[in-house]
This record gives sequence, C-alpha cells and structure tokens, in this order.
Amino acid sequence: MNPNLEDQTNSPEVLLEINKLKKYFPVKGGVLQRTIGHVKAVDEVTFSVYKGETLGIVGESGSGKSTLGRTILRLLDPTDGQIVFKDSDISTIGNRKMRRFRKEMQMIFQDPFASLNPRMSVGEIIEEPMIIQRNLSKKERKEKVVDLLEKVGMSEDTRQKYPHEFSGGQRQRIGIARALTMNPELIIADEPVSALDVSVQSQVLNLMADLQDEFQLTYLFIAHDLSVVKHFSDRVGVMYLGKMAELGPKSVLYQNPLHPYTRALLSSVPVPDMDRKRDKITLYGELPSPSNPPTGCPFHTRCSEVHKRCKEEVPQFIEQEKGHYVACHLYTREDHF
Amino acid sequence: MQINTNHQIDPISAAQQKTEKSLSPTQLAMRRFIKNKLAISGVIILGFIVFIAVFADVLATHEPTAYDMYNIESKVSSENWLGTDSSGRDNFSRLVHGSRISLTIGFFAMLFTVVIGVILGSLSGYYGGKIDSLIMRITDLMLILPFLLLVLTIIAILEKISILIFITIIALTTWPNLTRIIRATFLSLREKEFILGAKSVGASDIRIIFKHFLPNAVGPIIVNATLMMATMIIIESALSFIGFGIPQPTPTWGNMITEATNLRMLENNWEAWLPPGLAILFTVLSINFIGDGLRDAFDPKSN
Repeated sequence: MNPNLEDQTNSPEVLLEINKLKKYFPVKGGVLQRTIGHVKAVDEVTFSVYKGETLGIVGESGSGKSTLGRTILRLLDPTDGQIVFKDSDISTIGNRKMRRFRKEMQMIFQDPFASLNPRMSVGEIIEEPMIIQRNLSKKERKEKVVDLLEKVGMSEDTRQKYPHEFSGGQRQRIGIARALTMNPELIIADEPVSALDVSVQSQVLNLMADLQDEFQLTYLFIAHDLSVVKHFSDRVGVMYLGKMAELGPKSVLYQNPLHPYTRALLSSVPVPDMDRKRDKITLYGELPSPSNPPTGCPFHTRCSEVHKRCKEEVPQFIEQEKGHYVACHLYTREDHF
Repeated sequence: MQINTNHQIDPISAAQQKTEKSLSPTQLAMRRFIKNKLAISGVIILGFIVFIAVFADVLATHEPTAYDMYNIESKVSSENWLGTDSSGRDNFSRLVHGSRISLTIGFFAMLFTVVIGVILGSLSGYYGGKIDSLIMRITDLMLILPFLLLVLTIIAILEKISILIFITIIALTTWPNLTRIIRATFLSLREKEFILGAKSVGASDIRIIFKHFLPNAVGPIIVNATLMMATMIIIESALSFIGFGIPQPTPTWGNMITEATNLRMLENNWEAWLPPGLAILFTVLSINFIGDGLRDAFDPKSN
C-alpha cells in the first residue's frame, strides 16, 4: 500500500520520502488552556520526491500545503510519520543534527516583503547561511555572495543595499540567492511567485528553471495556481484538507484527472479560447474546518459523485495507473453505488 | 499564463539601482530625527545639562556639601549666586552638582531596566509557552503592587541608601513595562518569514535573537528607554523630596526642593527651590522631546 516502494523500481533516485506524515496543531481552550482539539493541517500524507524533478503541490488556502513544506524542513515538528531525506530519517532528530541536513534543503518563501530581514544588508542576508555553517573564509564568502547575486541577475553593488530598496521581484531573487548559498539539493518553494505581478512571475519562474538546470536542483513547488504548476512541474500532487487527493505525472493528471476535486480544480482554470466550450464544475460550500474535518473522505461534503461509503470510510491513497495515485472510493475495487 | 521563454535577466536590477549610497533603516530613522526641530532642541538642552554635570567641579563656586551655620537662608548675592539653604549650603553649587546625581540615576536606572527588560522580554517572546507564562505572571504581580508603597518599604528596610542601591531598587521595580513592550515586539516579529528563513539555515536561538529579533526591535526599545529615563529622574526627585531618596547632604534636585516644605522658605526664598524645579522640568521635557522624536523617526507611520 505504500506508493513509495512501488515507484522505486523504474524511477530515478528517490531524494525525499514522506511517509504518513502528520502535523496536528493543538487547539487550546477553557480557563486552564487545555487541549480541546486538533487542527489536522497535514494528515497522513505519503509521497516521494525524485532527484532532479519538480513536484508541484496544489491546493486551496488551508489545505495544509505550506505546513507540509515547513514540516519537511523541520521548521515545525511533525506529529507523526517519517521524513526520509537521502535514506536518513530526519523526522525526529534534534536541531544540532538537523543542521547538517539544512545545507541540503532550503526554502524560498512566499512573501518577499517579509522574508528578508529589513535591518540586514543584502550581502549579510546571503552570507548568513555560510557564517552559520562555518566552512568558508570571509573572502570566499564575499566572492560567493557576488557570484550568487550575478546568478540571480542582480548587480554586484546590491550587496551593500537594504531590502527596502528593492521591488518584490528583486527581493524574491535575493531570497532565491539566499536559498542557493549552501548548494542545496532540494528547494521547497512555498508559493514563490504568488505575491508577484504576472510579468515578474514568469521572470522568476524562468530564473528558477535555469537554476534547476545549472545546479541540478530538485523542487518541491507549492502553489495554489494550477496554471503555474502546469508549466513548471514534472509531477503534480493535489492536496485537500491536509490529505493528498491525487498525485501523478503532469501530463496524466491534466489529461485524465481521476479525483472529482482535481476535475473541479482543472475545470476552473481559465482557458484563453473564446470558442472552446467548457463544462465548468462548480464546487459549492466552503472548505470544511481542518479542526473538525468531515468523516470518511474529507471531500464528500462538496463532491458531486458522493455516495454512502464516502461518508463512512476514509479512501486509501492507491496507485490507479503507473505513478498515478488517487484517494477516492470511485476507483476502489469493491463495488459501490 | 504565458511564460516568456527567451528571458533575459531583467535589466531593472541594474538600471533602477541608483549609485547613491544606500542607507540602513537606522540611518534613515536618524535622518528623520535630525529634521525634527523639537527633538533637536531637546538634544541641545539635554546636551547643555550634561555639559554642566560633566564640568560641575569647575562651575561650582562652593563645596556643595559644606554648610555654614552663620550664613543660612541668605538671598542672592555675589558670594552665593542663588543664596543658601536652611543649612547654609550654597544653592548654586548644589544645583550644578545635583545634575550629576539626577542624570546618573536616570541613565543607569534606565540602563538596568533595559537590560532586565530585554533579557526577560526576549525569553518570553521568543520561547513562548511555559517560560512566557511564568515571566508574564511575575510582571503582572509586579504591576499590581503599588509602586510607591513597594519602594518606600524596601527603602525603609534598608538602612543605608547609596546611589547604587537606589538605582537597583528603582530598576527592580520598574522593569515590567519595558519587558512587556519587548515581548510584544518579539511576538509580532515571530511569525515573519525572515525568522523562519534564519531557522531554515540552521541559525542558533542566540543568533536569531541577537541578529534578527533585537535589531528589528531597536526602535521601540530606544524610544521607551528614553522616555523611561525621564520617568526615572522624576522618581528620584519625588522620593528625595519626601525624604526617601538619596540622603542629605548629597546634592540632588529633589533634596533641594525639600526646602520648599518649609513655609518660610517657600514664601521668601524662591531661589532655593525654583531653580532645581526648573532644572527637573527642562531635563524631563527635553528627554521627552527626544523620545517623541525618536518614536516618529523609527515609526513614521505612527503620525
């Protein structure tokens, strides 16, 4: 039942393996601040990231995709499950041991106006990871900063400037340079372009694509925009309410979406073609609260093809065709309806 | 979305950046501060008072603690520029020397409070949870105790009050406000992505506090510390006035105003109590102007 194991036979090297990862946030209440419930931000998510690929993760706000990224980087401690990076389980190791792995996995943040310390110059911001890892001399660090700035398309004199002097796109380039400082293998990009203008979005995405070729990077690309993910990813995973609803190679998932949620999402992507008729699937209702998720399949409250079993039983995340996983009772073997 | 395939590294970065020297946020704040006339007048007045304090030995005409029982409560004369007090001590010399005590107490009590506030506020705001609850309950406890009663009790218990002890007492009773301000600043910064960024590269807690939190909290800390210094000077004067401050014959402005408790002095010898009163007024006012100027400079949006 573990989709990771089946994949390894005919796929490239697995860089990151997430196994039944859970991240619950306690909800406190009452006079004594007792835990009265949990927000299940990430609930039993299982997938692998292969070396050199770009895995896109999409989902609406509150689906747990950012929490997933932060938990993988151990910025949040997982509640349960394994995070296996290059055959080492990093889900429970301490901060000190984790520092070794931090070199190899980095993050690009969503809000370029909040992700750079306003009181540090750009040079200091990019240099900081190298100071922490203590592996380069001052001169080498300076050279590397200049080199990285050049790589992301910024001039050398940027070094002495402060973040407030730059536009959103430029700041995001600085953020990318910081992420690249320690030559990471995996970069988790948490909606890196959603705060940018459309024209700047493509520049930053192209830069990321170029850097991927140059440094053999693996991206875990988190986004809420299916069209951005479609252009940028090799494989796409769809998250709903803390769970992975569907995961598959880009072409397969976009051509032949299995999960009703994925279908609804895809039908909502605007197509620049006036003549093409589209059957738009409209989802009704709100995303249920992750502190009180529906029983059974989390999507059953809004699903157009809901049946009795969906309300009672949580669907398993099963491989339907090669590399294409879906968690939906429509495709489980037992006869329904 | 159309992705432009023949992208060139955009020319904005090179063209838009002016060659003029770039300023850090602190330098920008200082620029705004210099343009604030009220604040600069505060700096000039305070500078003058500091000058007097530094050169008190040169400026004083008499020994400030030397008394002359044959020459008490004298009026303004060429010998005693501001007359003498009820013990025959020269008021002018005491006024000049009093600036030392007031500024020393104001500055060091403030510094002590800032040290306590920064340490406890950082711990509380950074770690949260149980440490936060514990520190906050202690501050709550300190805040509900009536300040004057607490200070008077401590001073009454201690037999001998030196300047150092006095500073310690004041600092130990006034830290909760600053602690809460620093904690609140930390809490607002904690969710910022650059803090996560620092964590994601493996920065230690100490590094995150000193490199990422404190530099961004420097505005509120400086502003509140400045305003706190003015409060400290008033506290010292008030306690000295009611006889619980630095004991006589040490010259402090509060001790000098004590003369006004004598009705005869109050009516006839204005030169004994008015100058120290004005000295306190101008010192506190100038410090407050500076504090307000700093607040506007660090947070231009607050206006």
